[in-house]
Amino acid sequence: MKLQYPFTEEQVRALRVGDPVEISGIVFTGRDVVHKYLHEGGKLPAGVSLENGIVYHCGPVVVKDEQGAWKVTAAGPTTSIREEPYQWQVIRDFRLRGVIGKGGMGEKTLEACREHGCVYLHAIGGAAQVLAECVKKVRNVYFLKEFGSPEAIWELEVENFPAVVTMDSHGNSLHREVLAHSTAELAKRL
Amino acid sequence: MQGLHQSLLELIRRTSAEIPDDVQRSILSALEREKKGTIAESALKIIERNIELAKQKSQPICQDTGSILFYVDAPVGFDLITFEDTARAAVTEATKKGYLRQNSVDSLTGANDGTNVGPGSPVVHFHPHRESVVHVRLQLKGGGCENVGAQYSLPNEKLKANRDLDGCRKVVLDAVLQAQGKGCGPGILGVCIGGDRATGYEHSKLQFLRKIDDRNPNPELDKLEQDVLNTANELGIGPMGFGGKTTLLGVKATTLNRLPASFFVSVSYMCWAFRRQGVELDSNGGITKWLY
Repeated sequence: MKLQYPFTEEQVRALRVGDPVEISGIVFTGRDVVHKYLHEGGKLPAGVSLENGIVYHCGPVVVKDEQGAWKVTAAGPTTSIREEPYQWQVIRDFRLRGVIGKGGMGEKTLEACREHGCVYLHAIGGAAQVLAECVKKVRNVYFLKEFGSPEAIWELEVENFPAVVTMDSHGNSLHREVLAHSTAELAKRL
Repeated sequence: MQGLHQSLLELIRRTSAEIPDDVQRSILSALEREKKGTIAESALKIIERNIELAKQKSQPICQDTGSILFYVDAPVGFDLITFEDTARAAVTEATKKGYLRQNSVDSLTGANDGTNVGPGSPVVHFHPHRESVVHVRLQLKGGGCENVGAQYSLPNEKLKANRDLDGCRKVVLDAVLQAQGKGCGPGILGVCIGGDRATGYEHSKLQFLRKIDDRNPNPELDKLEQDVLNTANELGIGPMGFGGKTTLLGVKATTLNRLPASFFVSVSYMCWAFRRQGVELDSNGGITKWLY
């Protein structure tokens, strides 16, 4: 299933847990510092438009090439659960259509996905090179000096970025299922 | 030791960009075990592809190049001060070259000066011995898996774990359950039974210097390792927590003496991107062999 920017509510509501997707278009990275900053009422810099957008929980390794342009050399996801206190607000306030990360998120995020039309897209943790190859261009970077490279907002143009829907906009979560199943299996073996 | 800087730079590069043979073999077996057509299988395929690409491009396997942990085994009289200075310089250069992410943050101010050098980074553990050989090992351990480590105090009433091997088994399995997919499984556990809160965690991480396919010479610990490994793989957490047959690739356990009042079980979780390497150095600091 191809997810093409701009991402619409319609595209996203059609997705279900377990669906593999390939994302193309613009995504913005945002992790611990950005989410806390937004939660505390911080304003997004001009140029960062999250409306109908996708946030990628990622702190890439970015270097400057010989021409002085930014180049992403490693870009796997970070663990999303740390943003669980804040993600629902960002989804609501900016009309986010997708959150890319790893490890899943909780009930608050799941409910916001259901209410506003958003999905959680699980990328492969540690697949930094495979995912860096999907980044065609670094369009811009914001808050680089203030937050440092891993925590900055990197505006990335991606092509066929692979992920799996593990939380859809209909209240379903693979993480909830796996937790329940593994808890039951362990209880039998203690 | 004028060759030391270049050797440490190469050690860092290779540790960051190339997975050691024993780990790769383990991941390949896991891939064969997963059911065809599942998300688990496709996750492991992407992991395999990622390993190849990283090696080809000499770029980090994972963007979180983690805590930089050096372990030096050297004769009495080895100049550790010069080693630490050289290690810091090599880390700074490796970061400029992109082998390491700018990963070191001031905990009070949030500032990241981009060098990876600061209080607590890099870490150098030094262990003197009476042989003449110098071994330098390096672990790069990411934050994702670091965050799902846990330290338990026995007895643990909630988990019905008493001060015995069965109690240890229960809490270690609890750590696996709580981690779910958040440590980028299939993972490897390092376990230390005993010690204090600091040495417990420290020795749990020393376990990662063992080879994945080795066996514990202590029969009781070997039994614990195999049991936890097999049981964890029956829980159905799978790679990345997607569900599947491989949740852990290995369990490595050790013990330390403890105080009568304390009984800690420290569990460190290592992700599939198990970056650890080592070199033997000659008297000029040149690499004579790789340890993994």
